[in-house]
Amino acid sequence: MRGFTVMVRKELREQWRTARLPVVAIIFLIFGLMSPLLAKYMPDLIKSFAGEIQMVIPKPTTKDAIAQLLKNLGQFGPLTGILLAMGMVAGEKERRTAVVVLTKPVTRQAFLAAKLVALLATLGSGVVLAGIACYIYTALLFEVLPVGGFIASCLLLLLAVLVYAVLTLLGSTLVSSSLPAAGLGLAGLMAVSLIGAIPGLSRFMPGSLYEAAQSLALGQQPTELMVPLLSNLALVALAMFLAWFFFRRQEL
Amino acid sequence: METAIHCEGLVKRYRDFAALDGLDLDVPAGSIFGFLGPNGAGKTTTVRLLTGLAQPTAGRAVVSGLAVGQDSLPLRERIGYLDQQPQFYGWMRGREFLEFVGELFGLRGATLKARVEEVLEQTGLTEASKRRISGYSGGMKQRLGLAQALINRPEVLFLDEPASALDPAGRRDILEIIAGLRGRSTVFMSTHILADVERVCDKVAIINRGRLIVEASVDELQARYAQPIFILEPEPGQSAALNALAQVLRTQTWVAAVTLEQGELHLVARDPVTASHALLPLVVQHQLTLVRFERGRPSLEEIFLQLVESSKVEEKEVVR
Repeated sequence: MRGFTVMVRKELREQWRTARLPVVAIIFLIFGLMSPLLAKYMPDLIKSFAGEIQMVIPKPTTKDAIAQLLKNLGQFGPLTGILLAMGMVAGEKERRTAVVVLTKPVTRQAFLAAKLVALLATLGSGVVLAGIACYIYTALLFEVLPVGGFIASCLLLLLAVLVYAVLTLLGSTLVSSSLPAAGLGLAGLMAVSLIGAIPGLSRFMPGSLYEAAQSLALGQQPTELMVPLLSNLALVALAMFLAWFFFRRQEL
Repeated sequence: METAIHCEGLVKRYRDFAALDGLDLDVPAGSIFGFLGPNGAGKTTTVRLLTGLAQPTAGRAVVSGLAVGQDSLPLRERIGYLDQQPQFYGWMRGREFLEFVGELFGLRGATLKARVEEVLEQTGLTEASKRRISGYSGGMKQRLGLAQALINRPEVLFLDEPASALDPAGRRDILEIIAGLRGRSTVFMSTHILADVERVCDKVAIINRGRLIVEASVDELQARYAQPIFILEPEPGQSAALNALAQVLRTQTWVAAVTLEQGELHLVARDPVTASHALLPLVVQHQLTLVRFERGRPSLEEIFLQLVESSKVEEKEVVR
């Protein structure tokens, strides 16, 4: 993978200097802060709006705080992944910067692998910040969660978001401009959601990671961990392999 | 003479359209080679094939002793490439981009810094090197494109229309840099600007509709395809006499063509010796007073147009 290290450094600098990494990190951080706060104070908010209407709202728990985080990042994370990945290859082809780089001694594997590292770095920093914020606020407002389980939960969350980003990266290698790549990413998101709705197949899709993540964060044993973990890792690997397969002979 | 680029029956088809149709070409090492053709002739396709950015439908190419292929990293070590409209990462600074490209070639530390300084100096970008590329003008981007193409001291440098988007001063500067590479690198320069070719190239190939029309040195071309041209510039206010002279000249057997351009009469002679003797008496006979009488060589532009036109005629005849 000639040129990998140089390309990784360039990709990481690009994530920082184009403000993608800081923006994603801040937004995820806000979600991390908001999730336990919303879980804690939402019943009070609803009651204050309800006026004289009598409402019975169960007392918020730690599980609600974690569920809120997983719900927020489960919705926003895949969209962030799609936005980040859509132009990574297609945009470089469109702007012809890929031509400048790929006439130098750099392999196409290195070019793609560096993009994966950049996605991991940006999404990873977002998830880490969201996790830290959520952990602290949950501890303050509810109870202290087991650190190991919470970290494992965050890693599963990162993997789930990464699946959508890598599917979009695959789309980005197939087309030559960012918008169709985003379309392919959204199609991937829908396909994954539809497959996830089929009984028996849902355990292989990213949705199953959220269930396992919730259990781990609460210090419980998840009903299923290895199958969702390995199948989603395989999904990332397959998408990257296909991206390389189609990109390696592509004319620029 | 050693060959830097060798093409053998190079074909590139897009469905039914042949962008390149059996190109055979040899470019001598150390030369500045002009690859000429009108728009859509197949120039960029050739450059893309020779740099491994595209795959040929048939035929093969050897650059710097290495077979061209998409995965050929050793080949990419030896070449430099400047795209037609070079684009860069706008968030980078000029120097930073050159350091990035240098690192891709394995340059590190002091060697990298020294080489970056050198190419910045060579392309006149030292002052602008700390600015973001997004703020560069078209000319500066072209210079940066050339700088990045030179960073590895390439054996073969591919330049796709290197000066077409530049103003006259920018063109002059870029051509001076290219001329300075003579003997050190082989420069393969695709262009449709004939004045640039005349200025810097040792040898040219003219291509049209994917086919090579001619390959020769600029002097050889001018000698081979030259028909002497006589230019007559009369004093102003003699258009009636000039038109009358033109009509008479068109009936002469020693005349190939007569054109009137911006008050000047251009005559292409079929028989230059007879023309030299007979032309001035006819001018006197028509009582024309001349400001200028000149016998000139046809420009590369005139030869180029002549060759491209005749290749079109030949094609039509083949179709019939």
